[in-house]
Amino acid sequence: MIINGVTIDDTFAEAFGMKATRVLVTALNHRWARHAAESMTGFATSVIGCGVEAGIESELPAEATPDGRPGVSVLLFGMSSKALGKQLENRVGQCLLTAPSSAVFAGLHGDKTLNLGRNIRFFGDGYQTSKLIGERRYWRIPVMDGEFLCEESTGYTDAVGGGNFLILAVSQEQALSACEAAIAAMREVPNVIMPFPGGVVRSGSKVGSKYPALPASTNQAFCPTLKGMTATQLTPDIEAVLEIVIDGVNDSDIRSAMRAGIEAACALGAQHGVRRISAGNYGGKLGQYHFHLREILA
Amino acid sequence: MTALTLSLRDEPVHRIDLSAVRPDRLSGATPEKIARLGLSCGNRRMQVGELFEITGEDPQDLVIRNSCARLDAIGAGMETGRIRVYGNTGDYLGMGMRGGNIEVHGDSGHWTASGMHNGMIHLRGSCGDFAGAAIPGDHRGMRGGTLLVTGNAGDRTGDRMRRGYILIEGDTGDYCGARMVAGTIAVLGKVGIAAGYGMRRGTLLFRQLPPSLPATLNDCGEHRLGFLHLLLDSFADLDSRFSRLDKGQLRVRRYAGDLACDGKGELLVWVR
Repeated sequence: MIINGVTIDDTFAEAFGMKATRVLVTALNHRWARHAAESMTGFATSVIGCGVEAGIESELPAEATPDGRPGVSVLLFGMSSKALGKQLENRVGQCLLTAPSSAVFAGLHGDKTLNLGRNIRFFGDGYQTSKLIGERRYWRIPVMDGEFLCEESTGYTDAVGGGNFLILAVSQEQALSACEAAIAAMREVPNVIMPFPGGVVRSGSKVGSKYPALPASTNQAFCPTLKGMTATQLTPDIEAVLEIVIDGVNDSDIRSAMRAGIEAACALGAQHGVRRISAGNYGGKLGQYHFHLREILA
Repeated sequence: MTALTLSLRDEPVHRIDLSAVRPDRLSGATPEKIARLGLSCGNRRMQVGELFEITGEDPQDLVIRNSCARLDAIGAGMETGRIRVYGNTGDYLGMGMRGGNIEVHGDSGHWTASGMHNGMIHLRGSCGDFAGAAIPGDHRGMRGGTLLVTGNAGDRTGDRMRRGYILIEGDTGDYCGARMVAGTIAVLGKVGIAAGYGMRRGTLLFRQLPPSLPATLNDCGEHRLGFLHLLLDSFADLDSRFSRLDKGQLRVRRYAGDLACDGKGELLVWVR
C-alpha cells in the first residue's frame, strides 16, 4: 500500500488492556486550567517508569464544565485500577490542590470509581465541608485563594494503551514535521491521548536487554546509526524514525486516531521526506489488541 | 388509563389521616376496593367512598380535588407515583416520603416534608411551621429529596434537617435552619430572626440578610464559591424562580456557624 508516495508496511501495532479515568480540571481561565493540567500530566509518559500515562484530551469551553469556568479534560491510564487510583490521588493532591483557582470534577461516571477528593479532603484539617448535589458529593477544602472544589470520586473504565505507528523519513527535521502534522490531526479525536513529549517518542523500545536488570531497551532494528551493524528494518535513505503512541478509552478510538495521524503524515508525502509508515509490535504474543495499518487505512 | 381522582364531597368535621391513600399502596386496587378503604376520622373510621367521589383508575397518578386543611398526611411514606392536590392540605404532607412526586395547588399545614427521604414536593402555595423539620421525638428532620415552596414558609423551617433541599421562593419565619445537621435551605424572600441557630453543618442561602443573626454565626467576608454554580445548575429543571437565578451573581457573604455547635455550617447571603 502506497499513499502519496509513502509506503504503508504490512504490519500491526500491538496494544494492551489498561484502566482509564477522566477528570475535568477547571480554573479562572484556560491558562490556569492548563497550568494545573500540565502539572498533573507531567512525568506521565509510560507506565514502566511513571506509574501512569496521562495527557490533556481537550480544552473545554466554560459552558461544557460543571462549574461554568474554562477547563481541560485529562485522561489517565494505568495498568490496574489500584495503580491508577494511587497516581490519581497523588497528582490531584500535588498538582491540582496546589494550582491557583483550580477545581476538579469526575469525567467518567459509573459503578467503578476511584477516589478523587475522598482523601484529599483531610488537607482541610477539619474545616473541609461536603455538599451532596444530586447524586454526587463534592468536597470544599479551604485554601489560601478560597476553596478547592473537588468531586469525591470519578469513574474508571477498561481501556487500551500502546497503540502506535512509526514515521520513517529521510531526515530528523522531516520526521518531526510529519509527527507534528499527525499529532495536530490526532488531537481532534476524542477519547485518546498521546502521552509522550509533544505526543512523539524517539526511543522506541524492544522487550528485554543484554543487561538483566532492564525490562526494555533500544529497538536497534529502527536505529538509523546502527543500520550497518544490526538486522535493520531501515533502508539506506532513512535517517530518522519517530513513533507516536496512543492510549484510548476503547480500541475504536485508537483506530480513529491512528487513521487521522497517518493520513496527516502521508498528506505531506514523499516530497517532504516521509518514506514509510510502520508500527511496533512484539510478534503478536503479548498484547490483546492488534491494529493492522493497512486495515485501518483501507 | 386516566388518573385516579378523589373529589372531596364535603369538608370533614374532624381531621382525616390520608396516609393510607398513596399510589404505591393502591397499586392494582380497583375503584371499588379503594372506596372501601378505611380512614381514621377523629375517633372513628370512615371509608374513602364516604368522603370522596372516585373517578378514574390509575392509582400511580392520584388526583385529590376540593382538598382542605383537614386532610392530613397526604403522600406520607409514599415511594413511587404522583399525587396532585387541588386545594389546601393539612399537616404532615409528604412526611417520611421515599420517592415520587407531590404537587399541591394550595397551602399546606405544619410539618410538611418532615422526615422526607427522597422525591419531590412542589407546594404552589405556602406551608406552616416546621417544614422539613423533625417531629417531636425524632432525631432528624428531612433526610433527602426536595421541598419547593412557591409561597412562604413558617417558623422553624428545616429544624434538625439532615439532608436534601428546601427551596422557598417567598419568606420564612424565625429559626430557619435551626439545629440543622446538614442539607441546603435557600430562601428568595425575607427571613426571620435566629436563622441557623444551633446548626452543625449545611448551607443556608438567602437573598437578603436576616434582621438579626445568632451571635455565634461569624462573618467570614465576601467570596465567590464554586459549588454555588453547581447548586444553581441542579435547580435548572425546576418549574420555579430558582431555575432562573442569575449564576453570574455568585458572590456571597459567608457567615460560619453555629460556632457553639461545631461551626461547620454556613449562612450565605447574596451580595448584590
